[in-house]
Amino acid sequence: MSGLPIIIIGNGISGSTVARNIRKLTDVPIVMISNENPYFFSRTALMYVFMGHMQWSDLEPYERSFWANNKIELLQGKVSAINPEEKFLALENGKQLNYEKLVVATGSKPKFYGWEGQDLDGVQGLYSKQDLERLEVWAKDTKNAVIVGGGLIGIELAEMLCSRGINVNFLVREKSFWGDVLSPEEGQLLHQHIQAHGVTLHLETELTKILGDKNGRASAVLTSKGDTIACNFVGITTGVVPNIDFIADSSIETDRGILVDQYLCTNHPDVYAIGDCAQLREPPPHRRPIEAVWYTGRLMGETLAQTLSGRQTAYQPSHWFNSSKFFDIEYQTYGRINADPSPTEKHFMWKDLKQNIALRVAYNPISQLFLGLNAFGIRIRHQQINQWLNEKISVQDLMQQFESLNFNPEFSQSYTKQIFNAWQHRE
Amino acid sequence: MGKNTGLILGVLGLILLLSSIASTAWAKSTGGLYTSLGLICLGSLLYSDQLYRKSLPGIQNNGVWFNSLTNRGILGWFVAMALTLCYICLYFYPEQLGYHPTGNTGLIQFFDPLSLILNGKFATQWFVYGVLYTLAIILFGIKFIYKYRHSRYQIIRTLSVIFFQLCFAFLLPEFLSLLHPDTPYFAKDIKNIWPLNHYFFEPWHLNNMLNGGTLGLFMLGMGLAMIFVISPILTYYYGKRWYCSWVCGCGALAETAGDPFRQLSSKRISIWKLERWMIHLVLVIVVLTTIAVLWSFLGKRPDAFGLSRENFVAAVVIGLAVLMGIIYFFKRKELDKDALYSLLSLGTLIIGTLLIQSFSGEKHILFIKSYTLTKWYGFAVGAIFSGVLGVGFYPLLGSRVWCRFGCPMAAILGLQQRLLSRFRITTNGGQCISCGNCSTYCEMGIDVRAYAQRGQNIVRSSCVGCGICSTVCPRGVLKLENGPVAHRTTIPDFPLGNTLQDL
Repeated sequence: MSGLPIIIIGNGISGSTVARNIRKLTDVPIVMISNENPYFFSRTALMYVFMGHMQWSDLEPYERSFWANNKIELLQGKVSAINPEEKFLALENGKQLNYEKLVVATGSKPKFYGWEGQDLDGVQGLYSKQDLERLEVWAKDTKNAVIVGGGLIGIELAEMLCSRGINVNFLVREKSFWGDVLSPEEGQLLHQHIQAHGVTLHLETELTKILGDKNGRASAVLTSKGDTIACNFVGITTGVVPNIDFIADSSIETDRGILVDQYLCTNHPDVYAIGDCAQLREPPPHRRPIEAVWYTGRLMGETLAQTLSGRQTAYQPSHWFNSSKFFDIEYQTYGRINADPSPTEKHFMWKDLKQNIALRVAYNPISQLFLGLNAFGIRIRHQQINQWLNEKISVQDLMQQFESLNFNPEFSQSYTKQIFNAWQHRE
Repeated sequence: MGKNTGLILGVLGLILLLSSIASTAWAKSTGGLYTSLGLICLGSLLYSDQLYRKSLPGIQNNGVWFNSLTNRGILGWFVAMALTLCYICLYFYPEQLGYHPTGNTGLIQFFDPLSLILNGKFATQWFVYGVLYTLAIILFGIKFIYKYRHSRYQIIRTLSVIFFQLCFAFLLPEFLSLLHPDTPYFAKDIKNIWPLNHYFFEPWHLNNMLNGGTLGLFMLGMGLAMIFVISPILTYYYGKRWYCSWVCGCGALAETAGDPFRQLSSKRISIWKLERWMIHLVLVIVVLTTIAVLWSFLGKRPDAFGLSRENFVAAVVIGLAVLMGIIYFFKRKELDKDALYSLLSLGTLIIGTLLIQSFSGEKHILFIKSYTLTKWYGFAVGAIFSGVLGVGFYPLLGSRVWCRFGCPMAAILGLQQRLLSRFRITTNGGQCISCGNCSTYCEMGIDVRAYAQRGQNIVRSSCVGCGICSTVCPRGVLKLENGPVAHRTTIPDFPLGNTLQDL
């Protein structure tokens, strides 16, 4: 091992994956910098620490000795500037580090819309370990909370606060929960479940401003519907934006995120960006330029590790997939499926509201090609559906062989027959 | 009436039960026992109902790590000490509980009426233990079913452990004793298989079975069939879970009363190393001890099975060598450390057997008195390990300490599960988010996430197939299933989701 290191800024799923996979292939020196936590942890599981399901140490997927054993140097610090021309970066403590290659994997930060009162105490987003620590402080004396933004983080935060017996008002801008991804019918299923957990749902409602008390702590919110809701905690979950402020003064090209080509390379040949903070100049068909999800970070990390180990490899993700859990309802999605049908995308919906189970399947009404599906309360076999998407299966065939997709635990009730019956008798 | 009412009723029942140790009059009252047990049942049922009634079906792990009982806090230590004390009394000072062969007093006397009904004899400390053990499995089993009521796998599995404990481990042996009052004692729980039942092959037990009429011979035949035929077949098709988390009595208590403590098992790699050493060491010791006692038994009664001790040793050595050969020949490409340790153990057994043959006399085995050997095994493994550490330390080390580090039966089933079984926990492509719920709630201390996040199936000797990892997974990533043996343990280059794997 000699020469300058590959430096990775950020030790989340993207940074850790690229580091691990480079190490599998070569023995170049690797330095991974973070100012959040010394060790990689599962961001998606922050909620479980707050709810008492797990301890902090349970969030770290590798034992702490793993990094030293694999000669991945971990560095605590905040990067203040990057100089891609001379290939070094500066830390806030004044230290300068030279690199051979640089990988920016700094993730996202919560998006704030400049509301009046957004800097008050008790107002925050939920993304980082530090956010969790602050939430822990505010939650201690919070009886009523307002969550702004009906998406994945919003509903997780609602579940977290409910677990501590906090009364939650949930403001959702759209007509239904996660309305830009889920159909109104799917939203309906979730509304019923969210309310069953004691959350007060305010649809088509936006935050106007946050009021504070004399100590500078949030005391109420005003909504676009003219209501005032008393609260001493406001969770802002209106989305995330790439965490790239420290790049601004460099010559690295950015738009919303750091612009990268299909090799995840920026305009500087030795600087790469992956994960939430990267913005693809030319995203693959049907994919967004920025995908702030765990899986994309991992896939980009795997790909970039090939390139940085001397096997130039373009980022070519397989079919889209994602998952979440809305209180007790598990959600999985595969392939392409939009909130609204269109002339080239027709939807078939089946649901059992009593059991909180639903399935929505998208297909092309002309070619009958299966496009994608959303599953609620039904676990779908990834391997099988990925293969069928590769094989361009017809929707009829998929429905007929639906049991092969069933990944529910043994002895679970199978809904295959009911779903197929409904499919046969669709309008 | 809330859950606290239930708690108070249950504790009151427990206090009434234990009062029999202090009060002679109370210990003699027939109604006292049923009042105490009734209060315990009523309190427990009320508590379970009230605890989960208000919550929607789903994962109920809120606050597990904030609760002093379940996070190794003061309450946890207190319960552990109390349980340990009970086990010490049970194993070493039963007279303190009132056990006297000439006439019971105290707690044991308290149970005499029930014992007379069930088996026609006065109670022993083991009868009392059996009643309370079974009761714990039923009551905590019902609580478990409330808790996991959204999972049919968990409900059915729990009904199974309750059934096997109540009928096969408790009622059936008692009734058989009642029907055969004059036969000498032998184990009548057919699911308590050697080597979990470590005295099965001891001379006194073999003699008692041989002299025990039809029932004795049936139990002997059934015992042999369970070890050599039924168990290997079931383990091939379903993995060791058919036994460990569906049938076994130790497993039954761990899965029900032990469930609140499952997160306390250590997931560290160093502990996994310790586990591999321990489990194989226990396996070697129990098998060698058994071979040794059989060897000396056959010396005295070569007629019993029509087998001379020389032929017996030859058969054992050849059998073990064939087993080693089969494993090596078919599985050499997928031998990880677990399997290598297993091979090493088998090799040690062969050498040990030959040493027994060469260096043992009539009353000693390898220079140690054979009586001393079995007595020490019974003490170290039977009492200390499975009782005090195994159950007493639930709130400190988790619910499966015995099963993980000490059970020789689990070692044998695990060896087969790892190498020759259709069972695996399938990882669902690339859906794992490394959250760690699976690893946290694995009672066997398996770092399930380490496999799931690589897109790899979980095939581990120690997995008892309780299915909790799959239940708590928030992304539907894990599924226990039986399937073709081919590619069961293949490690993908990358989890599903990237076209890289087509490289």
